[in-house]
Amino acid sequence: MGALKDPQGNARLPYDNVVVCAPVTVPYVRYSTDTAHWWIGRALHQLTKTAGIAPKDIDGLVLSSFTTGADSAVGMTQHLGLSPRWLDHVPMGGVSGVVGLRRAARAVQNGDAQFVTVVAGDTNHVDSFRKTLSSFSRFAQDAVYPYGSGGANASFALITKNYMNKYGVTREDFGKICVAQRDNALSIPFAMMKKKLTLDAYMKARPISDPLHLFDCVMPCAGAEAFLVCREDVAKSLRLPAVKLLSTIERHNAFADDPIQVRGGWAVDVDDLWQMAGVKPDDVDLLQTYDDYPVIITMQFEDLGFCNKGEGKDFIRQHTFTTDGTFPHNTSGGQLSTGQAGAAGGHLGITEAMRQLTDQPIGKPVKDAKIAVVSGFGMINYDRGLSSGAAVLARAS
Amino acid sequence: MTEPLKRPRRKDPLKRTQQPLYPQSIRSRTAHGLTKAAAAGRFELQTCDDCSTVFYPPRDACPTCLSERLPFKTVDNRGTLLAETTIRTSTDPYFRERTPWRVGLTKLDAGPVILSHIHGDVLEGQRVRLDLKLDKGGAPVMIALPEKDTPNMADDPHLREMTCDPKFRRVLITDGRTPVGQAMARAFSDAGCNIVFVGIADPWKPFPGQDELRKIERVEIVPLDVTDSESVTEQAEQNGGRIDIVVNTAEHIRAGGIMQRHGVTVAREEMDVRYLGLMRLAQAFGPAMRGRGADGVNSATAFVNLLSVHALMNWPQYGAYSAAEAASLSAAQCLRAELRSGGVRVMNVFFGPLDTEWFQIVPPPKVTPAALAKAVVQALQRGLEDVFVGDIAEDVRARLAANPKALERELAG
Repeated sequence: MGALKDPQGNARLPYDNVVVCAPVTVPYVRYSTDTAHWWIGRALHQLTKTAGIAPKDIDGLVLSSFTTGADSAVGMTQHLGLSPRWLDHVPMGGVSGVVGLRRAARAVQNGDAQFVTVVAGDTNHVDSFRKTLSSFSRFAQDAVYPYGSGGANASFALITKNYMNKYGVTREDFGKICVAQRDNALSIPFAMMKKKLTLDAYMKARPISDPLHLFDCVMPCAGAEAFLVCREDVAKSLRLPAVKLLSTIERHNAFADDPIQVRGGWAVDVDDLWQMAGVKPDDVDLLQTYDDYPVIITMQFEDLGFCNKGEGKDFIRQHTFTTDGTFPHNTSGGQLSTGQAGAAGGHLGITEAMRQLTDQPIGKPVKDAKIAVVSGFGMINYDRGLSSGAAVLARAS
Repeated sequence: MTEPLKRPRRKDPLKRTQQPLYPQSIRSRTAHGLTKAAAAGRFELQTCDDCSTVFYPPRDACPTCLSERLPFKTVDNRGTLLAETTIRTSTDPYFRERTPWRVGLTKLDAGPVILSHIHGDVLEGQRVRLDLKLDKGGAPVMIALPEKDTPNMADDPHLREMTCDPKFRRVLITDGRTPVGQAMARAFSDAGCNIVFVGIADPWKPFPGQDELRKIERVEIVPLDVTDSESVTEQAEQNGGRIDIVVNTAEHIRAGGIMQRHGVTVAREEMDVRYLGLMRLAQAFGPAMRGRGADGVNSATAFVNLLSVHALMNWPQYGAYSAAEAASLSAAQCLRAELRSGGVRVMNVFFGPLDTEWFQIVPPPKVTPAALAKAVVQALQRGLEDVFVGDIAEDVRARLAANPKALERELAG
């Protein structure tokens, strides 16, 4: 593949010889008395075992967490006894997985580091969610939390309401997505929610912040996710099943003039995503969206090019979204069923896609999966999610 | 349409008293520009001096041109409520006690999109006016009000959380001997107070206007002398648990500076009435008010200090008086901090020279007692914190903001 041009006409290098391997998930729990440091430590420990490398081999690290307190990624190196020559701290919530992946890929490609570990972990103490909400950002403190303190639920309720008004999507449509994800989660042992969900139960669930009801919302929990980015030949020498990184995009604070969010930054960069990957939406075998709320999933269907803007509802009605059905989507159950382990929620889709593309799924397999798209979204600062990103992954030939 | 408030019944002493709570009130330093505007009842947003962009939430750099010249300016408060939600689950104890609670996003004609509380008469999609209020914790918040006033709109339970409306509340006017005290009694009676307690020191001593005072509906004369600790304590023991608004009308006004006076006797009296008097009232009535800040329709809501605007800058012609007023203002600021945890507002009302016997030598414009009383009631209905009444008071405020040193020289004459 030759040099690609970005929308400004500048060349963008392909991720030659970069692979992603050793997916790690530390099983989630609803509440944890352990610290984020413990969760991150467990993830790295498991990753070194899986990859067959020693902690001292980790020469690159990307860290994402909301709950390490005063410890930045630098402090964590001493806590964990690592001495990386390349370090990044990506406090970007739901987009941190994709962003960490693309940072790590370039570091490996350029030879700045050989083994870049991308890790995210958060604990969930009994009262930590409320504390995170009230001090999430300056705008949240000044202009959101004092208004009912409904957290992200209230903010996304407004986005959902506006989207329903504008595009005619119904609660039943959103319910279909949630029910399908729950079906997918039934084969995942560490999913927070393992009871089958019916559309009827979804519709009758208790209201949280109209029009959102209980099963539109993720359950905050503790957990950790990690994976390793390295050169293809290095992965081969370690006999690690690996997936290729075809392309990535990232965007922050897009469409600031939209009065209420109806699209994410993907819509700015989506052509670049497909062009660089050399594939098209029809080629995709599974999609892992960032699913903090079904309205955001629907926006991703549209903004990533699987359907046009405003056609999300028709797209929902055309597919089953189950792992063994049409258009497999959030095949581990996503955060809606697995739980939202803080910043690890932005990595859940990546580890799941890696497992599907290397024939080692935890739950049901997606048959003949060759191309996966993983999407991230995050950081509701005031009235909308500011960050978006996506990556195209491919089965290694 | 807003359901009109019902006159509260006598409280069942066995029922749980709702504990005073308030929403998170931490704000960034820049966001306190909204606090300043809300305290005075103005609707102001940051407006870039360089590119005229109006924006929100408060920032330290213009999101259009990165300028740092970003003063809060009065802007058009009209807009359209684009989307609303009803919050039924909240992480904050204040809201948990009060859900369901509606909030929504309004697109202002002036540009920004603002998350706000919503008045009960407003529906999604409608034109609205945004108002900037202080919430129970004294923090600035936006509320979307109907485009035009609706019947009983002040009775909306969520709006009433942000105001100190005297309707159905019980007020104590600390000194009814003065024209201001009597005008205040009339105004609070007219505003729908359930009981207007009016304090009179030595009630057996006759005073001008007493017959008219007694004729005012729902006025109850009570013995009270703010210079007598025992009297204040006794009154608080008698009625402290059912006083929702205190308006301190006790005054001590004498012309003259400090050098020409003989001794400190008069100054001591001034301080006894204006500074120690406030302290006695605060000690006797404050704790019960702070405990009753969320006690239903007739919860404790405000402590009103009437202050000469010269509390803010000494006026040597009334120099010793100005000093006592300054002491009273300082104590009121302390009381504001102490009553905040109960959701009880301290309102400081700054007036220019009054049209009363103690300002005989001062030329107009002057403030009539009735005008002052009306301003106090309106300010409570709006939920303000700092109020300036009369042309002189407004003038002093403007000059103080522009150049305090110039004001000092000019007042020196």
